[in-house]
Amino acid sequence: MSKPWDQVTWQEIEIGGILTEPGSARAYNTGDWRSQHPVWTKSRCIKCGVCWTVCPEAGITEQPDGYFDMNSYCKGCGICAKECVTGCISMVPEEE
Amino acid sequence: MAVKGHRVGMEVSIAVSHAVQLARAEAIAAYPITPQTHIVEHLSSLVANGDLEAEFINVESEHSAISACIGMSAAGARTFTATSSQGLALMHEILFIVSAMRFPIVMAVANRALSGPLSIWNDHGDIMAARDIGWIQVFVENGQEAFDHTIMAFKIAENYKVLLPTIVNMDGFILTHVVEALEMLDQETVDKFLPDYHPRFKLDPKHPLTMGAFAMPELFTEVKMGHQHALMTSYDHILKVWDEWGKLTGRTYHPVERYRTEGAKVLLLIMGSLAEVAEVAVDEMREAGESVGLLKLRMWRPFPFKALREAVAGAELVIVCDRALSLGGAAGPVMAEVRSALYPLAQKPAVVGYTVGLGGRDTQPEAFKEIVRLAREEAAAGPSQEYFLFGVRS
Repeated sequence: MSKPWDQVTWQEIEIGGILTEPGSARAYNTGDWRSQHPVWTKSRCIKCGVCWTVCPEAGITEQPDGYFDMNSYCKGCGICAKECVTGCISMVPEEE
Repeated sequence: MAVKGHRVGMEVSIAVSHAVQLARAEAIAAYPITPQTHIVEHLSSLVANGDLEAEFINVESEHSAISACIGMSAAGARTFTATSSQGLALMHEILFIVSAMRFPIVMAVANRALSGPLSIWNDHGDIMAARDIGWIQVFVENGQEAFDHTIMAFKIAENYKVLLPTIVNMDGFILTHVVEALEMLDQETVDKFLPDYHPRFKLDPKHPLTMGAFAMPELFTEVKMGHQHALMTSYDHILKVWDEWGKLTGRTYHPVERYRTEGAKVLLLIMGSLAEVAEVAVDEMREAGESVGLLKLRMWRPFPFKALREAVAGAELVIVCDRALSLGGAAGPVMAEVRSALYPLAQKPAVVGYTVGLGGRDTQPEAFKEIVRLAREEAAAGPSQEYFLFGVRS
């Protein structure tokens, strides 16, 4: 569905609310509604990948340089910050 | 020229299971409950004996039965189940999902009272508690109708413009356990009437899709609107199928059936098998010179607003006989619906409601004559209560 949800009419919805394209969850950026997000302090990061492993929502992506960063699906739950071995992740409130 | 079926004497439950066989159901999941048991027992035998090529899943509850039916319907199979009373109640949360996901599952409900007190006998308490599940719902009044409507239900449900699950309501014991004379159709005739089911969507690893996705507040209302639209517009498609059946078999059905209504000032309105009992009462009252007729509500969902309004035109009093209670509410469920449907009319009959035959209470023709007498008094004086519980001892 290419339109924003609040502009879709009832006639445009497929019978039974079926989504005919696979992988539709990809289109829903769950990060839209987070109230905080993780910030990595690279000087203390040892690239161990524990944050990537424990993230329940695949909201963390490994960068080309081997460090990690959040992606648009991060809901800001803070598990990565809690589990980080060196304590290099801090949770920062979203700006209004 | 209508096809002449072969006439048999058969228990109605067995006739329903033969209807499912003739419809070539491909998938059945059911849990036995009185008085639905004979329907699924016989289907189980038909499958076990190789007389019906279908998957029959034995499950541990009705909740599982209807859930398994969802899975099989989603995989593209023509799917049937049957239940009653507590079993229908145990299915409850899933029933809404079946219709919202638009799976054309057909279900026979052998109508029975809901506990408590525990009762295995007939009334409409079970289906009225499931009134708003978004399924097409019809009522039958004898074995032939149970047979006919079970086959027609598949054709209605599977129409791409409908795609809604359908319930055929039949009174428990009064119909399900009675041997009746009825006309069976042969396989060739049914095959011509009901082609193979080709699902519009199905679960297929080669063509992945998502069924049962959640809806955010921005979309939920729009999805519901689509469901409501489908149910309301299913009306015309149901009539087309009933017409086609009428041409095929000579038995034509209508959303509101009329019995001796010509010029009637007083109309009884009844759903289900009690309507046949009321026919006897109407005959006797007509012979005594009373202006009384009978309306039988066959289509419950979608509710036939227009047909009902036409059917009551000219009547001064409509007496609705419910088979269920809405405790603490405005009226019995049918009475409430009928009164609402007639309210916008500039010229409308008085409507008085009686709930009869709860939990299997025997209801004889005399009861309907008494109800007509009481209702006339109530209508003349202005009804003293919202509705009445008929035959209660005090």
